[in-house]
Amino acid sequence: MPETRDVSVRARWTSIVLAAVTVASLTACGSDSANTAATGASASPNAVSGPITVFAAASLTGSFTQIGKDFEAANPGTTVTFSFAGSSALATQINQGAPADVFASAAPANMKTVTDAGNADGTPETFVKNQLVIVVPKGNPKNITTLAGLAQPGVKVALCAPQVPCGAAAQKALQAANVTVTPVTQEQDVKAALSKVTLGEVDAALVYRTDAKAAASDVEGVEFPESASAINEYPIVVVKNAPNKAGAQAFVAYVLSEPAKKVLTDAGFQAP
Amino acid sequence: MRRRRAPLALAVPAVLGLLFLVLPLVGLLYRAPWSTLPERLTEPGILSALRLSLLTATIATLVCLVLGVPLAWLLARVSFPGRRLVRALVTVPLVLPPVVGGVALLLVFGRRGLIGEWLDSTFGITLPFTTAGVVIAEAFVAMPFLIIAVEGALRGADARYEEAAATLGAGRWTTFTHVTLPLVAPGVAAGAVLCWARALGEFGATITFAGNFPGKTQTMPLAVYLALETDLEAAIVLSLLLLIVSVAILASLRDKWISSA
Repeated sequence: MPETRDVSVRARWTSIVLAAVTVASLTACGSDSANTAATGASASPNAVSGPITVFAAASLTGSFTQIGKDFEAANPGTTVTFSFAGSSALATQINQGAPADVFASAAPANMKTVTDAGNADGTPETFVKNQLVIVVPKGNPKNITTLAGLAQPGVKVALCAPQVPCGAAAQKALQAANVTVTPVTQEQDVKAALSKVTLGEVDAALVYRTDAKAAASDVEGVEFPESASAINEYPIVVVKNAPNKAGAQAFVAYVLSEPAKKVLTDAGFQAP
Repeated sequence: MRRRRAPLALAVPAVLGLLFLVLPLVGLLYRAPWSTLPERLTEPGILSALRLSLLTATIATLVCLVLGVPLAWLLARVSFPGRRLVRALVTVPLVLPPVVGGVALLLVFGRRGLIGEWLDSTFGITLPFTTAGVVIAEAFVAMPFLIIAVEGALRGADARYEEAAATLGAGRWTTFTHVTLPLVAPGVAAGAVLCWARALGEFGATITFAGNFPGKTQTMPLAVYLALETDLEAAIVLSLLLLIVSVAILASLRDKWISSA
């Protein structure tokens, strides 16, 4: 993460301490899951227990936190911990040997990074889809109702950078609409683009419907037909070197089940 | 003459410390795609990002010198109520996560910010998403490094020279420019180097306050971060380029200072 380069002397101390604590807890988790897996295997082969570490795309923060709680309630003895970050950062971490059990990516491209490196167990499954909407400040002061509205003079627009999934989707949608938009900024992720609208620095941004829904108190989402040509699929997979493989498989199965689907669609995702 | 050996209690942690700082760089060098390096360096956008980085970091350092040296002098030489508090406030940008610093800057200088709204309505000036915005973000984050270095130099400097100048009839301004500044010049230089280096590597506040647009606000760290999204090797190349250019500039400046001294 770039922030680590940015930290001050004091913050660096904090991060060293945090790193030490994390390492300590990870090793603890490791031995824990090894023990429970061993005892679990001798007692009953189907029992799921122990800690499950899920690396999930930042856009899943709200819904996966809920799904994690539901999963824990349905499977006593399990604890689900999440690492929410950009999909590409998570893919890099997994390929560098991070102790993840499950990887849920916001884009097939980042999942491919992991499967290409041979770090996925089985084939990834798409569990939700997300599509773009235009977000504008409450009341839509610039009266933007279509993608073409973003190209008007005097309208400041934030898009995601083309390197990140929401930016690639935005390019596709704009191409489909045959509209050329010069944004004032290409943001590093969808939440950053959204925050430029909530802070009033830009007049509009293209973000996922789920993000617009989560920020509904500050912004309005404007649906547009071309978003259909830029639908983003979210794949999920068990990580090959998962410390808790049984737990990982159970969690993936739960995410694909009806109760989890309801949580996800309530958050604005579409069923695959 | 026999050299005295450093005591183990100092040598061991010193070497460990050096390794800790240098090993990540070794990691970058190890993973760098040396065979495709030349063509990667000539990719469009890289040079404009580098130019923008060097330009904004240098202007930000000048801004920090103009504002920071007087502030350091004030903290070191003038006793006023609340000086301790002011000294603590100076370190706020160090403690604040840079991204939060960027949001804070937006809340002040943004289109709806405390000062930004007035700037926009009165002069038609908007700072976010401009190169000037990059300079502001970098100066905000880097200035404490300069102030702390200069204040330390001022406190370490012998105040008797300034007193002597004063007894000889020099005013406070003349004393400052003719006695104090030359006395702490090495401290100012060290502070400026730290400040420049910090500005050059600035990411969080810049991308939050100034946004990211190639040629206008996309500095090298921003380009590195976005390259990392798709291509680890491109990110490594960009990081090494930034590193080599900055080390070369600092080394040549250092030689210049030492030879002229």
